Amino acid sequence: MPFGNTHNNFKLNYKVDEEFPDLSKHNNHMAKVLTKEIYGKLRDKQTPSGYTLDDVIQTGIDNPGHPFIMTVGCVAGDEESYEVFKELLDPVISDRHGGYKPTDKHKTDLNFENLKGGDDLDPNYVLSSRVRTGRSIKGYTLPPHNSRGERRAIEKLAVEALTSLDGEFKGKYYPLKSMTDAEQEQLINDHFLFDKPVSPLLTCAGMARDWPDGRGIWHNDDKTFLVWGNEEDHLRVISKQKAGNMREVFRRFCVGLQKIEEIFKKHNHGFMWNEHLGYILTCPSNLGTGLRGGVHVKLPKLSTHPKFEEILTRLRLQKRGTGGVDTASVGGVFDISNADRLGSSEVEQVQLVVDGVKLMVEMEKKLEKGEAIDGMIPAQK
Amino acid sequence: MASSFTRILSSKRNVGILSLVGGSVAAGFLLHREHVTAGEPLRRRYPASAEYPDLRKHNNCMASNLTPAIYAKLCDKATPNGYTLDQAIQTGVDNPGHPFIKTVGLVAGDEESYEVFADLLDPVIKERHNGYDPQVMKHPTDLNATKIQSGVFDERYVLSSRVRTGRSIRGLSLPPACTRAERREVERVVVDALSGLKGDLTGKYYSLTLMTEQEQQQLIDDHFLFDKPVSPLLTCAGMARDWPDARGIWHNNEKTFLIWINEEDHTRVISMEKGGNMKRVFERFCRGLKEVERLIQERGWEFMWNERLGYILTCPSNLGTGLRAGVHVKLPRLSKDPRFSKILDSLRLQKRGTGGVDTAAVGGVFDISNLDRLGQSEVQLVQTVIDGVNYLIECEKRLEKGQDIKMCSSGSNVPNTHLAGSGSVL
Repeated sequence: MPFGNTHNNFKLNYKVDEEFPDLSKHNNHMAKVLTKEIYGKLRDKQTPSGYTLDDVIQTGIDNPGHPFIMTVGCVAGDEESYEVFKELLDPVISDRHGGYKPTDKHKTDLNFENLKGGDDLDPNYVLSSRVRTGRSIKGYTLPPHNSRGERRAIEKLAVEALTSLDGEFKGKYYPLKSMTDAEQEQLINDHFLFDKPVSPLLTCAGMARDWPDGRGIWHNDDKTFLVWGNEEDHLRVISKQKAGNMREVFRRFCVGLQKIEEIFKKHNHGFMWNEHLGYILTCPSNLGTGLRGGVHVKLPKLSTHPKFEEILTRLRLQKRGTGGVDTASVGGVFDISNADRLGSSEVEQVQLVVDGVKLMVEMEKKLEKGEAIDGMIPAQK
Repeated sequence: MASSFTRILSSKRNVGILSLVGGSVAAGFLLHREHVTAGEPLRRRYPASAEYPDLRKHNNCMASNLTPAIYAKLCDKATPNGYTLDQAIQTGVDNPGHPFIKTVGLVAGDEESYEVFADLLDPVIKERHNGYDPQVMKHPTDLNATKIQSGVFDERYVLSSRVRTGRSIRGLSLPPACTRAERREVERVVVDALSGLKGDLTGKYYSLTLMTEQEQQQLIDDHFLFDKPVSPLLTCAGMARDWPDARGIWHNNEKTFLIWINEEDHTRVISMEKGGNMKRVFERFCRGLKEVERLIQERGWEFMWNERLGYILTCPSNLGTGLRAGVHVKLPRLSKDPRFSKILDSLRLQKRGTGGVDTAAVGGVFDISNLDRLGQSEVQLVQTVIDGVNYLIECEKRLEKGQDIKMCSSGSNVPNTHLAGSGSVL
């Protein structure tokens, strides 16, 4: 929460043992890493904006997790959180991102021309293609921590930047608190509108405070490029279209992002980025590229094949239902996207999606013909 | 503002300060990671006008009383424990309210909140408690159950009787703000005191973290178990943090005296039994409360109380007595009478469904309880409920016989006087 950090000093009157959370029933990355020693070492620290260790871990304490899904259990309140609390966050990042070390460097590559293929996914199977990422604006604190004044300033800056775009990116901003019923209806029909977070993973981290103040949606006139303002991150950037031309989706994604970044830099507020963690976002799971590139694809036969999960793992992909994370698939249609975020570039991650989906569609076609697919199962990527 | 500037300039290299005027293109500090040090809370500040919440679609007591001037006056203040105005009002900002139900929209993080933020809390208290002015009035406390007259209801109508209140332990922060250590200390202090209760009050504590499945099932069957709050009114105020750490339920062996620990308040104290003997329920309530108070005082603690506001609790709506005395009563005919609501209002009573606040009545059975909390004593409020429910039963009986009810005007059927001040609180 913003302000009032004398409260953290007040807590120091109590011993570590008295304040240390009970994590005995917890199963998330934070709970696995946080020891009394680490807690004792970090609990009197604050970032320059006043974010504390207890702020970082509250969501993980309040949400013990699920036996099968391993959530992260901690968030950053600002860019400096990743530095001040690195003793906790580095191991969490390592666990979440496949052993990523504190000395590793992350590669950023938003040059869409480096992508091979991707324009020929079979539209009989691939219903839609989408790439999303997040961006944080340097100099501001993140959604778990920012005050109303700060959030409004972020919104103002974002709107100025986005409304200056033209050509294929010419568009309009719809603030959540003043949109008309007609606008709201249209945004719902376009599947653009985001709602107040209900997931306790987000609400316990304070990201839904003051809703809908400072929140809004911007999209281009073509409805193929969309930006969410002040939801879980400062900006969530989405490029999407029907059918299987992922190449075009990615091109628009890269070009749009670079245009937006130029404008922010001109205002002396570039994006939060460093060569170790890539793009800095609220949740440690979204560090690096913050990119989730995926398709909605019909795989009714393949999805019931006993090796489906293994194939996905080897291709470094993950499945979700068509409602997004934590939903079930409907009619054999799955959301298939990259599993990695940190340690590989945007181009590399989208390449995995493009190649992997192409392979899986071919497998589906074989299964339709009653043929076996064992020879097609790939090696671990 | 100027002092934070000089701190920034002196302690950071390569800092570019662009502009710091709230409103136009936002200012920023370029903080290079390698020069960041922890410890100094260099919080970028926006002027109060940039931070003032947008309350135009809000309908709660906080929104009605928080002017930009009051916000500006209080927004930089904090209680000695560090609780701030923004924290106090967060629940009211996040929950605009309902056109028909006017919620309070703010909470206290500690006892001092009621002093430090008095410029906002006093008008809210006045609005919520029917004109009670904390700046000039005194609240009467009276837990002498012998003063109650009649108080045994006709059990063909009254199915159960219950009195509840809350108590806070002075010196420890309240649920919206307490640290884990403080919450655990509340649990320790209260459980330790309760273990000293004897006779019909002898009982046992069930910690939410340690209870067995069997114990949990029994508590559910007894309708004693409380669950993690789901209402955003509570969760947005931070009361569900660290659940279920240091939360639990204590009850006596006879299951007629029950204490919730660390739910919405440090303690909620409930006396209840089936049937209509409200007098006995209240007698046990008073006796139990006084005994618990004596036991915590023996150990050097006391309840939060002052003569301005009575017992201090988390929500301003529960100040004074914090008391809700009520019955589950069968009023199938009267409840369908168009005059029902008006009758309840004039009796200073409110109705709820049998599931509690925000539930519907089932089978013509209503939860009827006192509206008021502050400005009248416990004895006065319980007497109000007793007299009022007796009157409601009379009305129901008359309707059964095909007679019309005798309308009561203020004072005629209900002997005790009410606080001056008209208008519905809701």
